Parts: sequence; structure tokens; C-alpha cells
Amino acid sequence: MLSQWLIEPFGQASVRHAMAAIMALAFSGGPIGVFLMLRRMSLVGDAMAHSILPGVAIGYLAAGPNVFAMTLGGLVAGLIIALSAGAVSRATKLQEDASLAVLLLVALALGVVIVTVNGIDIERLMTFLFGETAAKMDPDKLFVIAGNATISLVALALIYRPLVLGCVDPGFLGSVSRSDGVAHLTFLALLVLNLINSFHALGTLLGVGIMIIPAGIARFWTRDISVMIVLAIAGGLVSGWAGLLFAYHEGIPSGPAVTLAAGLLYIGSVLFGRIGGLVWRAFPGRHLEA
Amino acid sequence: MPELRFRNLTLGYERHPAVHHLDGTVATGALVAVVGPNGAGKSTLFKGIVGTLTPLAGSIERDGLDPRDIAYLPQVAEIDRSFPINVYDMVAMGLWRSRGLFGGIGRNDDRRIETAIAAVGLTGFEKRAIGTLSGGQMQRMLFARLLLQDARVIVLDEPFTAIDAKTSADLLDLVRRWHSEQRTVLAALHDVDLVKANFPQTLLLAREPVAWGATREVLTAENLLKARRMCEAFDDTAPACAVAELA
Repeated sequence: MLSQWLIEPFGQASVRHAMAAIMALAFSGGPIGVFLMLRRMSLVGDAMAHSILPGVAIGYLAAGPNVFAMTLGGLVAGLIIALSAGAVSRATKLQEDASLAVLLLVALALGVVIVTVNGIDIERLMTFLFGETAAKMDPDKLFVIAGNATISLVALALIYRPLVLGCVDPGFLGSVSRSDGVAHLTFLALLVLNLINSFHALGTLLGVGIMIIPAGIARFWTRDISVMIVLAIAGGLVSGWAGLLFAYHEGIPSGPAVTLAAGLLYIGSVLFGRIGGLVWRAFPGRHLEA
Repeated sequence: MPELRFRNLTLGYERHPAVHHLDGTVATGALVAVVGPNGAGKSTLFKGIVGTLTPLAGSIERDGLDPRDIAYLPQVAEIDRSFPINVYDMVAMGLWRSRGLFGGIGRNDDRRIETAIAAVGLTGFEKRAIGTLSGGQMQRMLFARLLLQDARVIVLDEPFTAIDAKTSADLLDLVRRWHSEQRTVLAALHDVDLVKANFPQTLLLAREPVAWGATREVLTAENLLKARRMCEAFDDTAPACAVAELA
């Protein structure tokens, strides 16, 4: 019975594609989420997710439900917002989150106007916002998602050192290298790439869940960044897998299903996490000798 | 031979000077204390020397010095201690100049890192997260990173602030060692007695340079009082400085 619940859905090719896509998302989104959290930008990721809507809508209007057109549209919109926010805050004294807040509000408003004026139907809009229903996915989308995930992982590896040092000791990084600005802008671009990627599987509103929540989970289990990244990927894999099965059996969109699964893992980590979990705080045991 | 030459140097933020019209030279191998009240421009001067801050006016000449030849100890307050990184990795960042963005860390580097960690007395702490270190251990770790940088010029921003006597003494030994190796060392300090005992030269700064030269002659009661009187606040309505035009 249970094994049937777990295995039977994978008889369908579209479900296998969806599962493969969510695995790719977990691998590329997990590390991005960890850096978002460590750079205290978790909500920035959330906010950025809204900014890709007008681009996706324009791509859809231009070429119909074509995954490449929507990817391109979302990328252009997201990059314009991310890079101009980054540039504005580096050139002026305005904090980056403040300039982002302004730009993404404008972008979201523009997206809603484009969607409404052109009469995109409500079902399509729901798919944009929350992802495909019942864990379905066509091979084209899987191809785009896997490709973007690969690009993201390689690029992140290239900027890993300045990204880490820029978080922990920016003054020192500035004294040894001029790579801080490039690394930060590249990171923003990768954030956009991952948001588009998640959008294809999970929708614009909740796609960021598979990046941010696994990072939050990992924080409760380790004090080491490389372990944290591995745990975030693992957390994304488990919640993606459980969430997709949930979406398949209940016939609900993938976005909320995966996000809820990740949320459950997060609650478990808040309670039982070895680093600062509530249960360990409540019952810390006797103090040690040294 | 001068290692660093300041020519009518003004550094600051949004047109407000934090270091105002500084002239002078730092000779190769000099051991210079930079003393002054909070807000006197010590950190700003160091950021200018390191090159992360562009002068508002005047210039810093680094005679034949690559920016890579300058090692910098930022104030501990600027470090995010909650970041999940361990002591070993943090110290290894001192190899940045030779390993750059992508270079791997070989067995030889590994030995150098271990040696530097041992030199500051942190052997056994390699895998500890930096957030679990005490203030003194934190500063020891940053000195290990400086050791690895192996730089001709070393700039220390408040290296002994909120550090106990034993740690200060140990780290001061390293500073003396650098001095004996003919490296140029500049350190921002608040402890006048420590400066008098260990630093041959002092720059007394209070936005304007108050005095610069042999420590005994600079750190007089009169000069210190003068430095303390300089106001800290920026004046938003201040007119453009006329002195800059004369230079």
C-alpha cells in the first residue's frame, strides 16, 4: 500500500521528468539559499521572485506557452531588476534591499497590468504563480531546468571564495582583491537564474521556497559552511521528493506541496536541530567539565 | 627610502574629510603608532593606504609597492562572527595573494597554515567555528592570517582593543618580529603607555595631523589635550575647504 503510494506515480514519464527537475533545483538552489541567508538577503530572494513575472508574461504573450521564450523573458526582467538594484546601491548610499523593494514593486505592478490587459486566463495565471498541477512536466522544461542548474553550480563554484570572504570579512577581501563587486553581481544573476528555474516547476510565488527553506533547515545542524551547503541540498531533495508525491496524489500545484514539505522539515529542525534547536535548549543536560 | 608618502592627503566620506591635509612619509622598516580619539580618522587612513578608499584630494604614493604587498588587519567589529567558517579556512585566506580566486591549497601550503596557527598558539582550534572563539583567540587567528600574507607593509587597525594582557604581549612579540625583519608596520592604538614602550614613531591624528615624529616628542600632555579637543561631528553646512585649492 505504502510502497504503491511511493512508487506507482513514477510509472508516468511526466512525473519522472518533474522529479528529475526538482532534484536539479535542489542541487542548484540549495547553495544559493545558503548564501542568501548568510548575506542576510533571505527576503530579497523572496522579493526578487515577483520581479520576473512581467518578463514571463511578455514571453508567454510573444510565443505562447514556450519554455524558452518564458525563460528568456523572465531572465531579462529579473536581471534588469537585480543588476540595477545592485548598481544603484553600490553607486549611492541607498541600501540594496531598499532599492530592490522599490524596483520589484514596480515590476510586479507592471506584470499584473500586462497579464490583465492581455486577458491571460486565470488558470494560466495560477500556473505562473504556483506551478504545474499534479507533478507534471514536459521534457523541454526539464532540459531547460537541468541546463540552468548546471550553469548555476559551475558559476557559483567560480565565485565561491570572494562570496564567502565578502560575507565574513569584507574589509579584508577589499584589501586583497577587487573581485567583491563582480562576485556580488554574479551572485544576483545566479539568484535570478534559479528563480526562473524554480518558476518552471513551482511557480513565481513559491519557487523561492526550495532555496530559502532548505538553507534555514541546514542552519540548525552545522556551524560549517560546506556541510551547510550539503545539508541544504539534501533538505531540498527530501522536500522536493515528498512534495511532488503529495502534489501527485492530491492533484494540487507543486509549489505549495513542495513548500509545505520543506516547512515540515524546518519545524522538525527548529525543534530537534543540534545547533540551537528548542528541545536541546530545554533539556541541555548537565554542564561539562571544560 | 620612503615606503609610503602622503601628499596633502584628504580622505573622507561624502565630501566630509575624516583625514584632513596629511603630509609625510613612512620609511621602509618603520614601526609607527597611529594614535587619536575615536573618529580621528585612523581607520579611514588605513583604508586609504590599503586602497579600498579613494582620496578626496591629494595622494598616497606607494613607492614600487603593489597593493598586494600590504597586509591589512580590519577592526574585529567589521567581521561577521556568526558566519559558519572554521579557524583553518579563515587563516588560509591569508594565502589569497599567492593562490588567488581558484588556486588549490597544496601540502606545502597546508604546512605553512599549520605553522602560522601554531605561531599564535591556536593549535587544536583548526576545526572550531569562529563564532565560538573568545575575543583574544579571534585576534590571534587574524594575526595567523597576517603571518601567511608575508607582506612588506602591515597595517593593523586597533589590534589590541579589548584584548587581555597575555594575548597583547604575545601579539606584540609578533609585531616586534615583523619590525626586526624590516617590514613596515603601522598600528592604530589607544594605549599611550604601550605605544611609548614599543613604538619608536607616532602619528597623532585628530582629523588634522596634530604631530608626527619620535614618540617621546609627539605624545606630550599638551599634544594629547589638543587632539582630544578636536570636534568629532561633521558639519552638514560646512563650506568647501579652501586649503585644497592652495596645494
